Amino acid sequence: MQQSPEQLLAAYRRLIARRVLIVSLLAVCCVFAFILDLVTGPSSLTAMQVIGGLIDPGTLSAPQAAIIWQVRLPYALAAILVGASLSLAGAEMQTILNNPLASPFTLGVSSAASFGAALGIVLGVSLPGVPADWVVPLNAFLCAFGSVLLLQAMARMRGAGVETVVLFGIALVFAFNALVAFVQFVSSQEALQQLVFWSMGSLSRATWSNVYVLAAVLVAVVPFSMHAAGQLTALRLGEDRARSFGVNVGRLRFMSLLRVSILAATSVAFVGTIGFIGLVGPHIARLLLGEDHRFLLPASLLTGALIMSLASAASKALVPGVLLPVGIVTAIIGVPVFLILIFKRSERV
Amino acid sequence: MSDQHAGLHIAHLTTGYRGRSVIDNLSLPPLRPGEVHSLLGPNAAGKSTLMRAIAGLQPAQGEVRLNGRSLMGVSLAEHARHITYMPQTLPQGVALTVLETVIGALRASPIADQTLDTRALALRAIAVLERVGIQGLAMRGLDQLSGGQRQLVSLAQALVREPEVLLLDEPISALDLHHQWRVMQLVHELSRERQMIVLMVLHDLQVAARWSDGVVLLADGKVAASGTAREAITPAVLAEVYAVQARIEHCSAGSLQIMVDGIIRK
Repeated sequence: MQQSPEQLLAAYRRLIARRVLIVSLLAVCCVFAFILDLVTGPSSLTAMQVIGGLIDPGTLSAPQAAIIWQVRLPYALAAILVGASLSLAGAEMQTILNNPLASPFTLGVSSAASFGAALGIVLGVSLPGVPADWVVPLNAFLCAFGSVLLLQAMARMRGAGVETVVLFGIALVFAFNALVAFVQFVSSQEALQQLVFWSMGSLSRATWSNVYVLAAVLVAVVPFSMHAAGQLTALRLGEDRARSFGVNVGRLRFMSLLRVSILAATSVAFVGTIGFIGLVGPHIARLLLGEDHRFLLPASLLTGALIMSLASAASKALVPGVLLPVGIVTAIIGVPVFLILIFKRSERV
Repeated sequence: MSDQHAGLHIAHLTTGYRGRSVIDNLSLPPLRPGEVHSLLGPNAAGKSTLMRAIAGLQPAQGEVRLNGRSLMGVSLAEHARHITYMPQTLPQGVALTVLETVIGALRASPIADQTLDTRALALRAIAVLERVGIQGLAMRGLDQLSGGQRQLVSLAQALVREPEVLLLDEPISALDLHHQWRVMQLVHELSRERQMIVLMVLHDLQVAARWSDGVVLLADGKVAASGTAREAITPAVLAEVYAVQARIEHCSAGSLQIMVDGIIRK
């Protein structure tokens, strides 16, 4: 049965409405996950006490206020912001490199950050004049950023296809892992322990100043990502096709990798290596609402924030009294969700 | 603008890959508005390379003029305002519906800067899907389509941009006989209606002869013959370009029939 243009227009509008609804539901889920993360923790605070304390701090004792305002709130906010940043970075990277396995972590960014951290922790190497607290995050940031710039340089080389860039990223993983192993080999037992813990990724490093930086980066980057959404959608249909529509693909890749590098490097610098989110967040978003990047990018951001927030809550609840490194938990939480979605994938887009 | 400048003029065009010249100092007869032309030739003759160079997708030297205005050295966005290139393949595994794919061609393009709102964009895309005859697929996912259906979507995506010059790289290679005819008829009609210049790469010489105002036969990056199909497609040219022994017959309806009797071993 053929549909009239008006019927097709109505069907298209329903599709768009469904996508808006899914993005909105993801945002609501994020809010609930954030609250769950806030009320979860080893101290004896009840959920009502935490929520009441946030609304009116006067209801709390000084130690309770300190737990909520100095520990739980920055952790929970960092979880949301890091998850959102890594997942948005992964979504853009998968599109511009036309590879579903691309993420800041499969292409060497986390390995580079670990190497930077290792230099700081084990050898005390950093830029001169940097305060001791900032040595490790700054080193991690610089190395992570540098690794994406190397990818960038590769992408701009004449004749280098996206496959070359992906292979180069994989080579970077091995190269930086080897360097980290070398630094571990020569490090003291104490430094080694510190480094291994760093590389597991933990939100317990999050402070308010970190949260401000992460939020500022995300707020600055998202409008540029959304502005490029139409061009990124076109790029999914092939490079020649996108260029024939007038998209300057070289510039699009450059600007996108720049955003990816800032998002990923900032996140890794503050909370360490947290894999999986940047890879799986975008996939879940794609399975939920397709590849129109006007919806895929915000949905990726929200799925990343949601998984990370749930992982953060779980990291506090799985072993009573113990705060597990969140990097371990992200995979435990994310893999089942991902597998369920893959198996439930229906015919619809 | 004088008539002499109207249309697409390609002269002394040289292009290639990584220092290897594929097209060397090539000139074509003028392609006039409202005309359909076919680019023919064996594999690796440089047909797609020439199309990509005209579309501004790869560096080239020489002259490409549209209605008297040079397109050499202008930005991709400026090229895209006038010329649309339809590549041979639409990639697989993309989670977009057919309608979104066609609307996407408008959103990504410089003409999306104009005042069309979402409703107008969608209606324009739907009108093109109807014209191509695939409105029934509008809400289907790209990855649920057959190769031929994807080729039709690809064509719709190119047509929706309403270019002055439409470059089609093997637009009917995956289509059945019915759809081959339908697409050729549509391209022919649209070229006349919109005064659009169409240049398409085809492998089927009979289809090219039936639907083209002019044909160009390429061999090794050079023009081996050009003109109307009757002028350009001759046994001698087919022997030179394709290395085949062929006869040219005319059927009762007047169309060109190419009979291949054997190949010429070089």
